[in-house]
Amino acid sequence: METVLSLVLIIITAIFVNNVVLAQFLGICPFLGVSKKVDTASGMGMAVTAVLVVATAVTYAIQKFLLDEFGLGYLQTIAFILVIAALVQMIEIILKKTMPALYQALGVFLPLITTNCCILGVAILVIQKDFNLLEGLIYAASTGIGFLLAMVLFAGLREQLELVNVPKSFAGVPIALVTAGLLAMAFMGFSGVDGGLKLIFGL
Amino acid sequence: MNNIKVLLNGIIKENPTFVLLLGMCPTLGTTSSAFNGMSMGLATMAVLIVSNLIISLIKKLIPDMVRIPSYIVVIASLVTVLQMLIKAYAPEVDKSLGLFIPLIVVNCIILGRAEAFAAKNNPIASIFDGIGIGLGFTIALTCLGAARELLGTGAIFGQTLWGEDYGMLMFVLAPGAFLALGYLIVVFNKIFKKA
Amino acid sequence: MKKLKSSLTNMLSVLTVISVVAGCVLAYVNSVTAPQIEKINADNLAAGIKAVMGSDDIQVSEPKEVEDFTVYEITENDTPLGTAVVTVNKNGFGGPLKVLVGFDKKGTILGYTLLEHAETPGLGAKAGDWFQKDGKGSIIGMNPGENNFTVSKDGGDVDAITASTITSRAFLAAIQNAYDKVIKPQDGVSGATPQANN
Repeated sequence: METVLSLVLIIITAIFVNNVVLAQFLGICPFLGVSKKVDTASGMGMAVTAVLVVATAVTYAIQKFLLDEFGLGYLQTIAFILVIAALVQMIEIILKKTMPALYQALGVFLPLITTNCCILGVAILVIQKDFNLLEGLIYAASTGIGFLLAMVLFAGLREQLELVNVPKSFAGVPIALVTAGLLAMAFMGFSGVDGGLKLIFGL
Repeated sequence: MNNIKVLLNGIIKENPTFVLLLGMCPTLGTTSSAFNGMSMGLATMAVLIVSNLIISLIKKLIPDMVRIPSYIVVIASLVTVLQMLIKAYAPEVDKSLGLFIPLIVVNCIILGRAEAFAAKNNPIASIFDGIGIGLGFTIALTCLGAARELLGTGAIFGQTLWGEDYGMLMFVLAPGAFLALGYLIVVFNKIFKKA
Repeated sequence: MKKLKSSLTNMLSVLTVISVVAGCVLAYVNSVTAPQIEKINADNLAAGIKAVMGSDDIQVSEPKEVEDFTVYEITENDTPLGTAVVTVNKNGFGGPLKVLVGFDKKGTILGYTLLEHAETPGLGAKAGDWFQKDGKGSIIGMNPGENNFTVSKDGGDVDAITASTITSRAFLAAIQNAYDKVIKPQDGVSGATPQANN
């Protein structure tokens, strides 16, 4: 029971309290770049979630069975980024061959994901926070969902912004940033919720 | 194009933060104070200059199809070297920048300049491009950090101007990063683009 | 010189050479910096212990694990001065709060320093200064065994950090816990350390 509750806590913390985009500033590039339409934003969000889970599983294995085993901790960054790059390529090829429909939907986003820092960031954080494999995977998935949530909310706001007259020097990115700031402020309302839940769950 | 022009190009016309909007994660994540912003800018600049130099030196030896993975290996090793040096000789910086040091690897500015400039130009020009873009990034991050620190805590570089009690704490926290950057871009546009 | 063709041998050999060179460079830099990093960590801990014990001229025992705490017995000129304890409370606002705190032989707090924390800058992060001697909620000189070591909101003797009650509670709980589990059990024993017996 306690493990289930602690997993629930990880999920809620990762999605709302420490939202990957709005509180931890990871994955800002796609957050600003592909958030003009709700459907592309949700596509990107889902692609990132999928890659996050797979990448975390693989990098976790590499850290535990290769780097830790042979005392090569200093190769972490280089090993992780190569694995992520190769993985993204592989997912792209496999999707193309086996699930063309899904590839149509997510394919365009995949090459962009390699340089999305939330993948490398989460891979490193899972190691730093000393999660076990299950916790790590849950954490990765909920971080992805948090990313998806932020993307979709933000894209919805930006679709509305398109219809509004903004001062010329605010047009485009500046007004989007101000909007993101307000969204981040809304998400600050969740801060401390994890502490309260911890007390309720008795962890 | 002479080298001075390359240098200025990076600071104003192709300013990575205000114009190209690249490398947003460290821009927002590390600028809670002017000093932190400056450290991040300088760290990125160091990696950028060396990676530009190395890539421009070995560009002829790298077959086109494996160019991106090769660049990534070069950049990732430079970042790791930098990370170890910072940990060993500037532990305070390591503490405040934390996760964002290894994440310099995925800063699109560095891979972008490798691909767009260093792979096509000679080593000297590439160094100047690295300095220019790096300076542009450092200046932007320092400005943003200074603005946030001043508005949030009433101090700049730790020097108190009007005291913490009059600070708007929000600017040091996450929402303030987005807001401050948005308004800084507006100011930049006003001055340099006459928008 | 012409650019190398993208043949399989070329690609493989170039990637291999780059990776091997990168690996060697990293291994070398690691061998240079690793001892320095260790030294800095050790120095930081030593400086921290000196600061919390309020004395420069001290000998520090080998660390000893008591339950979840790391405990250092401190002696000054061969007489026992007290105990420094590394204590963690997981219920900080942003995450765990790791504190190094120094007690004298009676359990009175000589000093403390925050080792690790994830508190909000400008709010909970003030804990590093707030409870120091010249801070607004000084705990220096208090004794968790005699004082009511909770925030005044909960009826205790310590002023909490403005707008950061959760951080303050976690901080005080960390120290109280260290006192209960490490310092208190020593009290009954005649002399806290073997040196005191002669």
